[in-house]
Amino acid sequence: MPRLGKVEYWLVTLALLGISAAFLTPFAVSLIMSVKTPAELNTTDIWALPQSPTIANYQEMLANPNVDFMQLLQNTILIATFSTLGAVVSSAMVAYAFARLKFIGRDKLFIILLSTMMLPGVVTMIPTYVIFKHLHWVNTFLPLTVPAFLGGGAFNIFLMRQFLKSIPMDLDEAAKLDGASHWLIFWRILMPLSGPALATVGVFTFIGAWRDFLGPLLYLNDVEKQTLELGLNTYTSMQTTAPWHLIMAGSVLVMLPLIVIFIFGQRYFVKGITMTGIK
Amino acid sequence: MRRRNAEGWFFLAPAFIHLCVFALIPIGFALYLSFFKVNLIRGEQSFVGLQNYSLAFAEESFLNALWNSAKFALMSVPFGLAIALAVAILVNQKLKGITIFRTIYYIPAISSGVAIAMLWIYVFLPESGMINTFLKSLGFSGSTDFLNNVTWAMPALVFMSAWTGLGPRMVLFLAGLVGIPPSLYEAADLDGCSKWHAFWRITLPMLAPTTFFVGVTSTISAFQVFTPVYLMTKGGPDSSTDVVGYHIYTEAWVNFNTGIAAAKSFVLLVAIALVAAFQFRLMRSGREGYAG
Repeated sequence: MPRLGKVEYWLVTLALLGISAAFLTPFAVSLIMSVKTPAELNTTDIWALPQSPTIANYQEMLANPNVDFMQLLQNTILIATFSTLGAVVSSAMVAYAFARLKFIGRDKLFIILLSTMMLPGVVTMIPTYVIFKHLHWVNTFLPLTVPAFLGGGAFNIFLMRQFLKSIPMDLDEAAKLDGASHWLIFWRILMPLSGPALATVGVFTFIGAWRDFLGPLLYLNDVEKQTLELGLNTYTSMQTTAPWHLIMAGSVLVMLPLIVIFIFGQRYFVKGITMTGIK
Repeated sequence: MRRRNAEGWFFLAPAFIHLCVFALIPIGFALYLSFFKVNLIRGEQSFVGLQNYSLAFAEESFLNALWNSAKFALMSVPFGLAIALAVAILVNQKLKGITIFRTIYYIPAISSGVAIAMLWIYVFLPESGMINTFLKSLGFSGSTDFLNNVTWAMPALVFMSAWTGLGPRMVLFLAGLVGIPPSLYEAADLDGCSKWHAFWRITLPMLAPTTFFVGVTSTISAFQVFTPVYLMTKGGPDSSTDVVGYHIYTEAWVNFNTGIAAAKSFVLLVAIALVAAFQFRLMRSGREGYAG
């Protein structure tokens, strides 16, 4: 892009700041609201800063008898971690097959795999649910974690395959001359070099699993088994009139871990998305 | 050699299983289920042939859902694209700290869907909601209950989805922008081309593949919208936001008509395949236009 003149520089900066402000307003408001007392909420302007910020709302939320947020957090961490583990390991393995091995129908299979990325989840959710019901896996964590071990999804496989293809075959050849098996080449040579790609798959999967709503909605019926996302909704729908101070506190609680994780892992996000676009 | 082949299949096996179990088999199974009247609770099903399909197409609410999804896509895709492109251009500067802005714009995309829905319900609230208080401060009298208003409910959701979906789209456009050779702009500058002109004649055409990719993925996402509808409008008011994803969910898990829901989801699959094929055709003819 052409270099900016002074005026343009200030215009751009202004625009960036303005849009950022607009963007972050909902978050800011929720944060402000979450530390106000209910009385203050009704009387003051939403923009007014709280006179005596209180964490009482958060305490009330965490002490709720029907929805145990600590339990929800535990469940969410479990599900997200297992999904991430499964996706990282299996997508790397499958990508190795597509990137390094020659077999009949390899490229056709890859294209079929890619096209499943375009498959709307709505279409597969009903038959998948019926399958899981027959397996008696409904109301367990299994439907949300096991699928990740079977390749981790077309997106992750695609990412890993593109990355593996960019590693020159010289190391593979050298190892083959020494009689190395596929597994050795994969595990000892390629994987150590794949740190960034694996991290990208990991970050994507973790965040995706953490904020998944439909999955838990369909498969986690008991409140003790629910994730933060679903639990927040269960909690909100249990109230008769919307207690906005509590809802906002809950929202902030649920959003915080993800935002922290994202800020640390965000360059992997950008790299990952860029890699899919370039094709 | 034999052993190597066996090893190869070991690597491929997970994905093969996944492809079968989570893509091919479900599609086949959905088709199979659609020919039955299914009762999941009692675990029984009875064959009804194409009856589910004829019921589905005769049902006005299903056709309404299809139309709502199309409306949502038609509104949200161009709007989302335009905003993402504008922001990408803004962020595509070598300024210090530009990464901070990029991160900020991405945060809604990775935030909790439920929390965001709650935030935006509050934004759209009548009387005390953010938008209404803002309008009042500008002097407008009266207030609009956006989410309960038949005209405004869907535009409200479209607006929110542009905010949420900005992150990935912006990153994709950034990648596309970075790929445009600066020499093009320099040449145009030498010829006395204005910035505005350069945008239309260089930037946009060079971004065509990126725009296409973002367009297709946005469209597919638009047809899958579920969480905001479930949390904010429940398909209302008057079914004005009853989109296909929510409609099928309700059919299967609220009305317990699994067979009919399966039929409807299969219809959706065909519809999306057609739309995608159409977009591919458009892209190809556009490309040919350039070559010729």
